[in-house]
Amino acid sequence: MSLMAEVNAKALALGVPISAHLDITYRCNERCEHCYLEHDDKGEMTTAEIFDIFGQLADAGVFFLVISGGEPLLRRDFFPILERARALLFNVKLKTNAVLIREPEAHRIRELGVEQVQISVYSHRPEVHDGITKLPGSLKKTLRAIEFLKSQGLKVTIANVLMRPNLLDASGVQRLAADMGVGYTLDPTITPMMNGDTSLLSMRAPRDVLRQVFRDPALVGDVDEFCAVPAPVADEVLDDLPCSAGHTACYISPYADVYPCVQFPLPSGNLRRQKFIDIWKNSPELNEVRSITARDLPTCSSCSHVASCTRCPGLAFMEGNMRGPSTADCEKSFVRTGIPSANMLAKASAPSRRPSFPGLVQIRMATT
Amino acid sequence: MTPKYIAHSRSIAARQLGDEMVIMSAVDSTLFTLNPVATAIWQAADGKTPLSDIVEGTICREFEVEPELAYRDAEALVNALAGHGILLVSEQPITTAQESR
Repeated sequence: MSLMAEVNAKALALGVPISAHLDITYRCNERCEHCYLEHDDKGEMTTAEIFDIFGQLADAGVFFLVISGGEPLLRRDFFPILERARALLFNVKLKTNAVLIREPEAHRIRELGVEQVQISVYSHRPEVHDGITKLPGSLKKTLRAIEFLKSQGLKVTIANVLMRPNLLDASGVQRLAADMGVGYTLDPTITPMMNGDTSLLSMRAPRDVLRQVFRDPALVGDVDEFCAVPAPVADEVLDDLPCSAGHTACYISPYADVYPCVQFPLPSGNLRRQKFIDIWKNSPELNEVRSITARDLPTCSSCSHVASCTRCPGLAFMEGNMRGPSTADCEKSFVRTGIPSANMLAKASAPSRRPSFPGLVQIRMATT
Repeated sequence: MTPKYIAHSRSIAARQLGDEMVIMSAVDSTLFTLNPVATAIWQAADGKTPLSDIVEGTICREFEVEPELAYRDAEALVNALAGHGILLVSEQPITTAQESR
């Protein structure tokens, strides 16, 4: 077991939220086509509220802190917030589009001891990237910021989201990251909007593109292992927890709402009315999330993929049932291995809900 | 014996997890965990208290150990942590220590 895995296991055993993700604003200077957020400010936390929450998170044991948005640098108090987070010795990962980062900002971010900066880049071609962000010149500004951050010695990762508008550009972004000497991640997950609107799902990458991605050793490592047909499921696998959401990790919105994860919009408390530790320990919603093991999943517990599936309980929740399958992850398991999930098989064998075809169109007329 | 003063580097993250301290270097993302004795030394690293006083006042009071052995081990620990850049060691008091929780 790696040291990181040991730390997470210890946090789980002690009930400690070792990781938290805080969006300090939903406002953004880009309007990305796939974004799941509403960008209007509906009452962001004040600086003082955020400082108070930082103290509560540190007392609760949070170590890994993601600061994100929206675009976090749009807040005028961004650097005071960052300073406070670092003074409390959080390990800070910053997620940004970097458009507002120039040399002085890069220098300050390094000076404050931010551990890594993750930056969204959707294409190496300006017309595609800027077309997705709806901000002319955004790729140029983002790449310039990456150079500034790199020159400060900061660890930078380019995060690319695979979607229909940039299907052809994943390898171009990967080469760009390699040329710039920064890390690269590719995520094919498109989520519904936080308000439940599922129209964004039509942007998900089609099966043939996913198949190529899952067979790229630069992205998945050992392809044979990654795409292996699932082995028979050992019974103890069914006692495993789905993921860290609500167990050792949580998400806090700019409006002080607490959720199990940024991708799991189950309201579990609000820090304007409650203390963080009370929500973490006593929220009925978080306790329900924690009570669920793979054995409790009506469909997935009988699926051959249950041990290796990346099933996201948040996506399942957005489909209507946190104990149900996440069809996007069923799709990934199928594309990886060629073996349909239990959910896919059940859907295929279910009787059609459409009425049977009545034959040729007929018009009946009656004259009086 | 020349006094040694110790303080946390500014480029680290740290948090107590149970009886251990978890530390990550922002310079190279190396993760460390310290056992309870090393954690006690880490928490006392305020840049103002000599290492010998930390050993005598904290380690020898909290743990069943001979002072000479404790100091030798503590010195090895601080030198190792300093080698990884997460602890500052000086013969003079250090004034840039960060707040630790």
